[in-house]
Amino acid sequence: MTKADLIESVYVQAGFSKKEAADVVDLVFETIKETLERGEKIKISGFGNFVVREKRSRVGRNPQTGREITISERRVLTFKPSQVLKDALNGVDPQA
Amino acid sequence: MARRPFDLRTQQRQTRQRAGDPAVTKSDLVASIAIKNPEITKKTAEGIVRLIFERMRDTLARGERIEIRGFGSFYVKSRGPRAGRNPKTGASVTVEGKRVPYFKVGKDLRERVNGEDA
Repeated sequence: MTKADLIESVYVQAGFSKKEAADVVDLVFETIKETLERGEKIKISGFGNFVVREKRSRVGRNPQTGREITISERRVLTFKPSQVLKDALNGVDPQA
Repeated sequence: MARRPFDLRTQQRQTRQRAGDPAVTKSDLVASIAIKNPEITKKTAEGIVRLIFERMRDTLARGERIEIRGFGSFYVKSRGPRAGRNPKTGASVTVEGKRVPYFKVGKDLRERVNGEDA
């Protein structure tokens, strides 16, 4: 599945033009990206949480040469799936 | 249920929650979308956000991969059954295999989160 499939779903269900559907899907993802860029966490109930984590610098190794290198501190994005999503993948009835 | 054993990650999470950790929820997201695009009512925005994540959830439930360019990709991995232990009694039990969702951040978002100007 790609963004085009999501746009198609919005087009079919929301009564928008193709262009409007594409714009709104882009807006949803862009808004999420802006939030994460500010370092804030996003919680989508029924799907999962996107969390920005601070990683301290550490010493790593180039696996090819074996040489030690310093990996600089950085902010990374992690996704924690919700129980609802995990259950859906394992055929667990949400009503149960 | 008995008290859970000490877990650093749980404790850190609780500390962040006590500190009033700002989290943006689905309804905050809906509100921002309605503000940014005045043509869309809050109600419509809510329906669209719900539709997007429901479609994504159904896609992953079928075991299919999702790729949102500039954002990232979601995919499902299968984990085989393994021998586990009941942490309370120490009795060994078989943990069934299961399917687990994963997210890999896309290049643009990875760089933006890390403050690199893309």
